[in-house]
Amino acid sequence: MKWETVIGLEVHVQLATQTKIFSAASTAFGAEPNTQACAIDLAMPGTLPVVNQQAIDYAVMFGLAIDAEIGMTSVFERKNYFYPDLPKGYQTTQLEKPVVGTGAVTIQLDNGDTKSIRIHHAHLEEDAGKSLHEGDFRSGVSGIDLNRAGTPLIEIVSEPDMRSAQEAVAFAKKLHSIVTSLGICDGEMSQGSMRFDVNISVRPEGVAELGTRTETKNLNSFKFMEDAIYLEVERQIDVLEDGGDIVQETRLYNGETRKARSMRSKEEANDYRYFPCPDLLPVVISDEHVEQLRAKLPELPDARQARFMEQYQLSQYDAAVLGSDANMASYFEQATAKSGNAKLTANWVAGELSARLNAENISLAQSPVSAQQLAGLIVRIADNSISGKMAKQVFESIWNGEGDADQIIESRGLKQVSDSGALEAMVDEVLATNSAMVEDYINTDEDKRKKKLGGFMGQIMKASKGQANPQQVSQILAKKLNQML
Amino acid sequence: MHNLSITELVDGLKKRLFSSAEITEHFLKRIKDLDAQFNSIISITEAEAMAAAKVADQRLAADDAPALCGVPIVHKDIFCTNGVRTSCGSKMLDNFVPPYDSTVVANFRDHGTVMLGKSNMDEFAMGSSNETSFYGPVKNPWSVDCVPGGSSGGSAAAVAARLTPGATATDTGGSIRQPAALCGITGLKPTYGRVSRWGMIAFASSLDQGGPMARSAEDCALLLNCMASYDSKDSTSANRAVPDYSATLNDSLKGLRIGIPEEYFSEGLNKGTEQAVQNALSEFEKMGAELVKIKLPNTGLSVPAYYVIAPAEASANLSRFDGVKYGYRCDNPQDLEDLYCRTRAEGFGEEVQRRILIGTYCLSAGYYDAYYGKAQQVRQLIRQDFIQAFENVDLIMGPTCPSPAFEFGSKGGDPVAMYLEDIYTISTNLAGLPGMSVPCGIVDNKPVGLQIIGNYFDEARMLNAAHQFQQATDWHQLSPEGV
Repeated sequence: MKWETVIGLEVHVQLATQTKIFSAASTAFGAEPNTQACAIDLAMPGTLPVVNQQAIDYAVMFGLAIDAEIGMTSVFERKNYFYPDLPKGYQTTQLEKPVVGTGAVTIQLDNGDTKSIRIHHAHLEEDAGKSLHEGDFRSGVSGIDLNRAGTPLIEIVSEPDMRSAQEAVAFAKKLHSIVTSLGICDGEMSQGSMRFDVNISVRPEGVAELGTRTETKNLNSFKFMEDAIYLEVERQIDVLEDGGDIVQETRLYNGETRKARSMRSKEEANDYRYFPCPDLLPVVISDEHVEQLRAKLPELPDARQARFMEQYQLSQYDAAVLGSDANMASYFEQATAKSGNAKLTANWVAGELSARLNAENISLAQSPVSAQQLAGLIVRIADNSISGKMAKQVFESIWNGEGDADQIIESRGLKQVSDSGALEAMVDEVLATNSAMVEDYINTDEDKRKKKLGGFMGQIMKASKGQANPQQVSQILAKKLNQML
Repeated sequence: MHNLSITELVDGLKKRLFSSAEITEHFLKRIKDLDAQFNSIISITEAEAMAAAKVADQRLAADDAPALCGVPIVHKDIFCTNGVRTSCGSKMLDNFVPPYDSTVVANFRDHGTVMLGKSNMDEFAMGSSNETSFYGPVKNPWSVDCVPGGSSGGSAAAVAARLTPGATATDTGGSIRQPAALCGITGLKPTYGRVSRWGMIAFASSLDQGGPMARSAEDCALLLNCMASYDSKDSTSANRAVPDYSATLNDSLKGLRIGIPEEYFSEGLNKGTEQAVQNALSEFEKMGAELVKIKLPNTGLSVPAYYVIAPAEASANLSRFDGVKYGYRCDNPQDLEDLYCRTRAEGFGEEVQRRILIGTYCLSAGYYDAYYGKAQQVRQLIRQDFIQAFENVDLIMGPTCPSPAFEFGSKGGDPVAMYLEDIYTISTNLAGLPGMSVPCGIVDNKPVGLQIIGNYFDEARMLNAAHQFQQATDWHQLSPEGV
């Protein structure tokens, strides 16, 4: 039997506000545990929440970016459950009246087609703290870090419109691209700024009814998400083909072991007893405010890609790679403005630089090579001051903080020798000191002589300590040898 | 000295007839000498009080004194006080010392008052008799065999026993007005949103409202002047100017239209109480007011609706008391569930547990629409009743509670009988309206109260009417025997 996969996503996006959604505590990542939790975040008795207007604006901006209905009156509710990292014993979230209603996101498929993924809604809520079970904590004792408690989130809920892991990843990446372009999320996946819950079911091809779904929670990389989907689809198909039934359950995927396990079944699910939070008034947004936010929306990924193809003559592929990430796009544009060579800049940003950042697992914002510095390097490649091979060395040196391209080329004497007089002298010397090779060359059949050129090239490049411009040397060498025939 | 009103104390302090240190010492001594009988104070803050009195005297001497500079006050132990244990009448918070002041306490500090201590109360403000306090019941100064009412029974008894000239209190379903009536003092629950809830430990957030207690309307006006404020830390706080409640106390009542709801004079009302209220209404007629019969048809639904909404909100509000962060934690928890279960079973009293269970049940899947959803609809109807009534009248008056103070234990076995104690007060909380209670007679040697309900943010008119009534009568001047 052929099976069809059906996937829906719930995506938690941490909003890049300075302070928390209901308190004035900082949201900065990586502080000492519990140093960024105030009395409100600790749920001290008598404390009350006051909603952060910036968080609401960011949510509305997301809604506008996906052309969604905006909830002009949205309502915070309490979702009740006990957990040590949930200080109030309830999460303040939205249910019946979310801030963002139905919308859609377009993704690009591998075959170049596009597909629209419907968004059911997106709502505002507070993040929980973290339970720490490792490190300093001896067995049987856990630590609680409430720094993250109260960080604003939007939870984006899609319709079950995706049919493969690739589509799910494309959708997730598109959301990443949108929220980072809007500047409402820093997009740092490794810090948990975006987390994915994946609802997966399978059904025989051609059947309209949806199969029983499972939810795999808290995936924080595209790779883990893709892997978790493959695993779960395979598992479900195995169960069904063996005549079994899928149990509706929540599953946890472990990226290290690449295994997933059941966390709880539907029967064990909490009754969250939602009700409107009496400490917060309904959030009312005026048409005027929505229009102000719409007017201030930054360029979105689709528009930017189109512009890159038009303005910089980039290929669709390059435009997609550079245009989807707001930081990379801005880096590319800054570097191009300085280098004057869009194509070469695009190659270096999408190629060498991205590869190196990935290898070191750091973000573009943390790149030791600035856009200015990369542009400086590209200028020297373009004007033939250095060879492509040397450019990689220079890049390495800039990365290591040794200075700008020109300083490194100068101090290391890496400048390519393109002065034809000097090159001719170099060629003459090599030919003079290697008379046996010259003899051999002359005596070789004409159609095999070309192979012999490499030996001379090697000698000349060695003599020039690699600085000779190879194209020029090759031309001079051929000319001189031909004169000897 | 303890029979002086707040108005007289302010005047005497300004004229240097006595110092704040003297009156503070006097009231502290009364608390230490007399409160063993009443149990109205949980924590006496003697050192802090004497230090604050000293500062107040310096400010008075320097002619730099805010309105209530040097006046002693007691705060209900539901208001967080920076550095002073705030128990909310519960074992759960017996060890809890907040590192912040509630806005109400901060407002009183800013106005120069001197805190004598924190008053006893029903646990988490859940009760109408002050029998649910972890610190033991408060005794009614008029008769120590009787309850003082609740939940602000400690504040009411302390004012009635002249242990303090004024006190703060809170009212979720009648917790200011009912104990004020039962203890023969004046108490006012303002419009929802008039007094900040920041730092006031939540029972039912959409109903809770802080307010003053004193012996007279005139004194309540002085206290409310400093208690009411817009507070950006409370999202439900009303962003509108606070009038000077003292300025209109002497306005004439000629032409005032007073609505008398027929539902407030029904079967359950004690005959003596009814007579006292009727006599009071006649006084208002004498002063030129007009009595208008009105109907509040959904009054009967208020108690059931309240006992869905309030416990529902409470069940979530009290979830934070889990033994993880502060407050009581059970010994030797075996695992997380054991920590939660035993901390909450041991830390909360019976009534609090009952209400958490009711609230949890009402919000549960499959019951929400039938209970919480329906109760919210009833709440709208009750609000509509009042809005309609106020199209024709300026104030509404009736009894504060069905009968005078009852004996300890007399309703303990029957929670519903206890809940009916608030039948006349609960509607105003559901509607968010202001209400107050003023002494209007003595029945069976115990005081009874007249309830005055105002339109939204019309506290000034209520205080004006109450003050005029107190100019014409002396019920508020009576004191319990031996006090």
